[in-house]
Amino acid sequence: MKVSRIAVPVAVAGAWMVELLEYAGHLGLLLVQSVGGCFLRPLRVKSIGYELLKIGAQSWFIVSLSLLFVGMVLAFQSAYQMKRLAAEIYIASLVSLSVVREIGPVITALIVAGRVGSAIAAELGTMKVTEQIDALVTLATDPVRYLVVPRLLAAVVALPLLTLWADAVGILGGMLVGTMKLSILPSLYWKMTTLPLVFKDLGSGLLKSLVFAVIICVVSCLEGFRTEGGAEGVGRATTKAVVSSFILIIAADCFFTALFYFVGR
Amino acid sequence: MIEIAGLTKSFNSHQVLDRLSLTVKTGETLVVIGRSGCGKSVLLKHIIGLMKPQEGSIIIDGIDVTKLSGRALDVLRKRFGMLFQGAALFDSLTVWENVGFALHEHTSTEEAAIRERVRECLALVGLEGVEELMPSELSGGMRKRVGLARAIAMNPDIILYDEPTTGVDPIMGDVINDLIIGLRDRMRVTSVVVTHDMASAYKVADRIAMLYNGGIVEVGSPEEIRQSRNPVVQQFIQGKAAGPIQEGLPDRRILSRWRKLPWKSQRNPEEPEV
Repeated sequence: MKVSRIAVPVAVAGAWMVELLEYAGHLGLLLVQSVGGCFLRPLRVKSIGYELLKIGAQSWFIVSLSLLFVGMVLAFQSAYQMKRLAAEIYIASLVSLSVVREIGPVITALIVAGRVGSAIAAELGTMKVTEQIDALVTLATDPVRYLVVPRLLAAVVALPLLTLWADAVGILGGMLVGTMKLSILPSLYWKMTTLPLVFKDLGSGLLKSLVFAVIICVVSCLEGFRTEGGAEGVGRATTKAVVSSFILIIAADCFFTALFYFVGR
Repeated sequence: MIEIAGLTKSFNSHQVLDRLSLTVKTGETLVVIGRSGCGKSVLLKHIIGLMKPQEGSIIIDGIDVTKLSGRALDVLRKRFGMLFQGAALFDSLTVWENVGFALHEHTSTEEAAIRERVRECLALVGLEGVEELMPSELSGGMRKRVGLARAIAMNPDIILYDEPTTGVDPIMGDVINDLIIGLRDRMRVTSVVVTHDMASAYKVADRIAMLYNGGIVEVGSPEEIRQSRNPVVQQFIQGKAAGPIQEGLPDRRILSRWRKLPWKSQRNPEEPEV
């Protein structure tokens, strides 16, 4: 009786661990295959362009809108504290640093994961359940090279560019609040925005966005490839792609922030 | 020639193929019949290397498909054409891009020549003027025929058909049967057709093999299959519920009792009559 009480949770935890390791293995394998595929010729330029348009151009508006509001909220929130210290002028520096180093890359990646990652998983999942991926293989075409590589290349180009734009819009949001509501002179606000920023801040943000792009693309493609069970399976894959991307983005963000903190001291 | 020997495949604990052995002669059309879910499509996917068996071999002209991987498998696959049950046309590509896919991917043929070949293949399956349409704009029968045109675009030696007549009306089903026969005669291809449509099986087959419980229970010409004394084969080809095949069927005693019940007594007595 006692043994079974222990055995059941151990078995459940073991099964969960096996599933997790299996998932990590599949993810690693797909990552290696797709990164390797990026160096093989010929590259599908037309497909890459099409994916760039889907990932970049179509996410541009929603990223802009979100970061504008986030920049404004950041300015308002920091104003609470800064006013007490009569240090409102530092709001500009606070907004610019947190947007460029953290908020810009992370929020952009989360939006792209929700918008593009889900679309990739749904598209590839539908291809899987309607045997289109099997058809590709029977036509002697590698699905990773045909489907994943163009998306990966487009994502690693589009996401850092989107992040740069998002940083600018986030800073603009803070600036709107700072200059119009908190009566800071625009020239002074701009000076305080750029003063603390060094290349490392921008570089770390862009490096993060590069890693996030790989995470979104590989996770979503893997979920698409693993889809089973018709329309319901496609729905499940889409949800899993977004949830897994979110978790991995936040975890990678934590890892890189800690890394830059210790390395850059 | 395709020689399948001792092919074994199970998914989790479910044994789908159990030491299956079968030979397909060069240039013949072999039809594999069997109930839905008995492993017919799994067999086809093994022949083209989409699945790997736990045991057994599939020798195609001296090469064991089960031992191949990567580029060597792709080289062999270029000798195949496969028609999928739902046609499996690429949604994001037009009809001509679908049919010319392999030519575009694996040959250095000029686009004009690919278009010409696509027109030729579409004409072979009785389609004209659909090159620029998307798969979503086609009817079920047209999709199957475009799938067939895609399968023959590279002049394959072997064509695999997965339920070619399922999901199309009987007239279109017969058109597809005629196409299968026409392709065999015109291109001298070896064909493996998987189906549970007996009318189609009798029409297109040189030989018929029945798959049951993971193995081939009978192989023979359509006439031999018709005359078979095997009760499993007879139950299947006659489409009868009564017989030795009972897996997945409702209990016949319950069914016959239910049939005898008067209509009113099937209702819940507490339910008010309308």
